[in-house]
Amino acid sequence: MNKAFTKIFVIFWKDMLMEFRTREIIISVLVFALLVLVIFSFAFGTGIDVTEMTAPGILWVALTFGGVIGLSRTFAVEKENSRLEGLMLCPVDRAVIYWGKLAGSFTFMLAVAVVVTPIFLALFNLPIFLPRLALVIVLALTGFAAVGTLFSALAVNTRARDIMLPILFLPVVVPVIVSAVKATAPVLAGAPWGDMLTWLQIMIAFDIIYLVAATLVFEFVVEE
Amino acid sequence: MNKDIPNSSIRAVEARGLEKTFGEQRALRGVDLTVSRGECLVIFGPNGAGKTTLLKILSTLVKPSAGSVRLDGIDIRDKPAQIRRRISLVGNQTFLYDNLTVYENLKFYGKMYDVADLENRIREVISWVGLESRLHDRAGTLSRGMQQRASFARAVIHDPSILFLDEPDVGLDPHASAMVSDILGNINSGSRTVVMTTHNLERGVELGDSIAILDRGKVVYQASREELSKADFRQIYDRYTETGR
Repeated sequence: MNKAFTKIFVIFWKDMLMEFRTREIIISVLVFALLVLVIFSFAFGTGIDVTEMTAPGILWVALTFGGVIGLSRTFAVEKENSRLEGLMLCPVDRAVIYWGKLAGSFTFMLAVAVVVTPIFLALFNLPIFLPRLALVIVLALTGFAAVGTLFSALAVNTRARDIMLPILFLPVVVPVIVSAVKATAPVLAGAPWGDMLTWLQIMIAFDIIYLVAATLVFEFVVEE
Repeated sequence: MNKDIPNSSIRAVEARGLEKTFGEQRALRGVDLTVSRGECLVIFGPNGAGKTTLLKILSTLVKPSAGSVRLDGIDIRDKPAQIRRRISLVGNQTFLYDNLTVYENLKFYGKMYDVADLENRIREVISWVGLESRLHDRAGTLSRGMQQRASFARAVIHDPSILFLDEPDVGLDPHASAMVSDILGNINSGSRTVVMTTHNLERGVELGDSIAILDRGKVVYQASREELSKADFRQIYDRYTETGR
């Protein structure tokens, strides 16, 4: 078990090092997410009524579509130079490869959220310190990464992988997007925990189901 | 690394009735192959003969549609992870990460294989391929020939007992291609078993202890090096790859 964790970390660290060198995922996702925020904040304005109605949706549009851009690179980088075959030749369970790539995807999306969310809160004149929003973001991004890593591996072998990933990914993560939006609204409005509890439970259930299911089916997705 | 290999009478590679179909297309049609420990088998064949498919099946990357493969006496379906510790593959793609240095690439693969004393092992394999001076350069900045040498270092970092080489000299200039033979000599000084595919008849006959010709998914010819001369082999190759056309 310890060895599996070590290998997961080795794959994760390799992805971090590569991203640190190129910054191709972080920069492109960040620019996209910030553009969405700015465009929507100008389009809808930032009055109190508008903020309550639209702000949660704007944040999650930015993070969701930005996430899709990042997820599309998760396995694309392994496809180049047949590196996925190099990984598949390693004496590790396929699930280890999945969890290593998932850890990388989650970290990239979280890094983007860490930058985008304070800017979003500032744009809409909301308090910057919202720990409950951090919880919503972590749960939602876990779901995105669980599904997105699996579908990224699936889409990478198709010709139109950039189109295929959003087509596969977005319908499946609808429950997470809806739950994240619904859970974010009471956080921004300063409502009590009870108002967001159901949505948090849905996200937790979704995360567990998809983490387990993706771990089990990943082998069949990557093997020819 | 190879201390747990079963007794020496067991064949390193034993394939029986291997078949592979992709949709309607039959890439392999009942391939039987045996390679002894420490032997170098060179497989020739025209494009589309099934050489790459065969090596991908032998190296556990692709599952056969029918037939069985035993490596060092172990069925690859039973213990794939154990098998993968004992094998490696060099193709015309290097599996290297361009944005990592050669050292970082070797360290990554070494850790994935739990290589003991990894720093020393990296120094050892990098000297075999003569890339000491480029160890800390990014893989993407190396020439194609150097990248292939780094790929050889990557392939033997875990000291595999069986090495599969899928046209490792494709895209290399004659000098770099000749160097592949030298590197094979360096990394194969022990008792490593090598199964290699190539289009280079002369070099292949030089390197191989035994020779096979694969055509249209079947082994149509197999002989030991002693049984043929380089001059004869060109005629043999032409004859067997023209069969039935």
